[in-house]
Amino acid sequence: MKYLNEYRDPEVARGLIEQIKREATRSWVLMEVCGGQTHTIVRQGLDEVLGGAVEMVHGPGCPVCVTPLEQIDRALALASRPDVIFTSFGDMLRVPGSDCDLHQIRARGGNVQIVYSPLDAVELARRTPDRQVVFFAVGFETTAPANAMAVWRARELGVTNFSILVSHVTVPPAMTAILESPDNRVQAFLAAGHVCTVMGWTEYEPIAARYRVPIVVTGFEPLDILEGMLLAVRQLESGRHEVENQYVRSVRRDGNQPAQDLVSRVFELVDRAWRGIGEIPRSGLGLRAEFADFDAERRFALEGIRTREPAECRAGDVLRGILKPMDCPAFGKACTPEHPLGAPMVSSEGACAAYFNYGRFRASISV
Amino acid sequence: MTIDLIAARGLVSCPAPVALDAVVQLGHGSGGKMSAALLRDRFLPHLGNPTLEQLGDAAILPAAGDWLAFSTDTFVVNPLEFPGGNIGSLAAHGTLNDLVMMGARPTALSAGFVLEEGLPLEVLDRVVAALGHSARAAGVMVATGDTKVVERGKADGMYLNTSGVGVVAPGFRPAPNRARAGDVVVISGPVGRHGIAILAARGAIAFEVDVVSDSAYLGPLVDRLRSSLGSDVHALRDPTRGGVASSLNEIAAASGVGIVLEEGAIPVPEAVAGACEMLGFDPLYVANEGVLVALVPGSRADDALMALREHRLGPEAAVIGRVVSDHPGLVVMKTGIGGTRIVDMLPGDQLPRIC
Repeated sequence: MKYLNEYRDPEVARGLIEQIKREATRSWVLMEVCGGQTHTIVRQGLDEVLGGAVEMVHGPGCPVCVTPLEQIDRALALASRPDVIFTSFGDMLRVPGSDCDLHQIRARGGNVQIVYSPLDAVELARRTPDRQVVFFAVGFETTAPANAMAVWRARELGVTNFSILVSHVTVPPAMTAILESPDNRVQAFLAAGHVCTVMGWTEYEPIAARYRVPIVVTGFEPLDILEGMLLAVRQLESGRHEVENQYVRSVRRDGNQPAQDLVSRVFELVDRAWRGIGEIPRSGLGLRAEFADFDAERRFALEGIRTREPAECRAGDVLRGILKPMDCPAFGKACTPEHPLGAPMVSSEGACAAYFNYGRFRASISV
Repeated sequence: MTIDLIAARGLVSCPAPVALDAVVQLGHGSGGKMSAALLRDRFLPHLGNPTLEQLGDAAILPAAGDWLAFSTDTFVVNPLEFPGGNIGSLAAHGTLNDLVMMGARPTALSAGFVLEEGLPLEVLDRVVAALGHSARAAGVMVATGDTKVVERGKADGMYLNTSGVGVVAPGFRPAPNRARAGDVVVISGPVGRHGIAILAARGAIAFEVDVVSDSAYLGPLVDRLRSSLGSDVHALRDPTRGGVASSLNEIAAASGVGIVLEEGAIPVPEAVAGACEMLGFDPLYVANEGVLVALVPGSRADDALMALREHRLGPEAAVIGRVVSDHPGLVVMKTGIGGTRIVDMLPGDQLPRIC
């Protein structure tokens, strides 16, 4: 695959690994923000081949993982209604709510459909005017433009039976919350390349300056991540704390302006609860008043959601980088991908799922 | 409105936690861990016997001095017609391949059709023609059949069951529990074509994908392996639903061995790799319908490759891994950059990712 294989070249990877090992005079603690990066690291065994030159802690950038339980339960309630076709990205279907997940709702007769784009959900609404089509709009700044576009398009086409259940979050407030935490260990960040493709990196500059922390905008392929690590280590070794861009083939300083414009016309900053982390002020996106008609929470009366989080699940500690998935007492015992207690064990971007699926027995394997 | 209130109004409700899995879910049909659990917990307790409990692709039964192989498979593919075949050719290849994976020469097929009211007869014609053509090409007759019609909306156009019998060739008994440390894993061709072709035909992929299903009868490849390696073919599988990863997990578990795969050695067509990349799928879990994996002693790897590559279905045959005595029951992958990861069975279906 052109434009992918170049970033997976084993020879170049080995060179970068050696260079990181050579330049790191101590074991630096780096956090990769995005769950996609976590999966590359664990899937390729990058943490293993670095021999302790850096310690990677895994960040909160898994949209499925941080979607608050109340929103999952609202989704389950909506999907249970006979007048609703509930549409979602596939990842959300197995995320446990208080009592069950969307798969189980579907098995019991709920109309739950996986879509690949929110625009497909708008099209579905247009084709089925006698049903309410709800799209579960989750994710970071990466998915926000497409979800904004869906609402925009629905209004343009006069599709009145379409709405979205919004649970959008943004990255910078989460990074700040991690840095403010008294038990923070993170010394540098690999920022999420695709979020920055949309947003650019100007909003990270004040964070790097204020907390004196290097931030490297980083891609998702093995060589991207290794190069991001090397840039971060170099900054740490030389006492710099800047925003650097490793992901130059995709990210510009100002990001994608038309996408940002669309997002800010449809959404506004709101306070948002993060599953496992808690409420972070002005960390989410909600629909602006003029698009309130497309807000599923307003269209359907969804009060009185009573949530119940399993006590054994320490997803919040995993998402803040305090706990390694394998050190969680429930990991691989009470909590597995078949019977997940928390969202990080479900999602293809969840840190617990990455460890379980790719690395569960790594310690005991000698290949 | 709480979920409890919804239940009171007679809408769909969350099951009580104690009965979390009390209904059939789509994941139960994925070929992954949920399928295995369904088989173990719901079928074997009532139907179990030494033959069924082998859980091979086909059952091996004694019959008048010979051994018979007997297999059945039900096809529910949507859409009914796709690039590279239709449900008819798929149903013939699928059951015939299950027989040849057990070392049998197929002799006869049955076909049981569940047709949905409203199915265009021209579609039925094409499906039956493809079934007949595929059977004849394999030298097998469709010896018996059945047809039922159900109301509109009940059968996705049609469902098709085929069963097949074959005679087991003497001295050739590949079985999932015969893999040994020192064996190598040979694959006959590139992976993931059927699953991606079906997804594309279903309109689930919003971009152009140039992938044709690999659906094919694998008998000729098995014949070549048999005449070249004979009883050195320890295990054979056609990695359909659940893909290569699930088949190898089954072999590792049944044989009590570990399997180590080499990431760079696995043939993945460019278009399959691209589509998987976009969807967040792993090609190792995507269905194949015209590929086999064979476990043979390392010393016979070249013979196996030569036997496969001479045939039109096998020019890209490759050794993709080896069998070890470490970590029994586990399949691990050596990544391109020298790391390792587990290649586990999936719980249910692969789910497309968010971003």
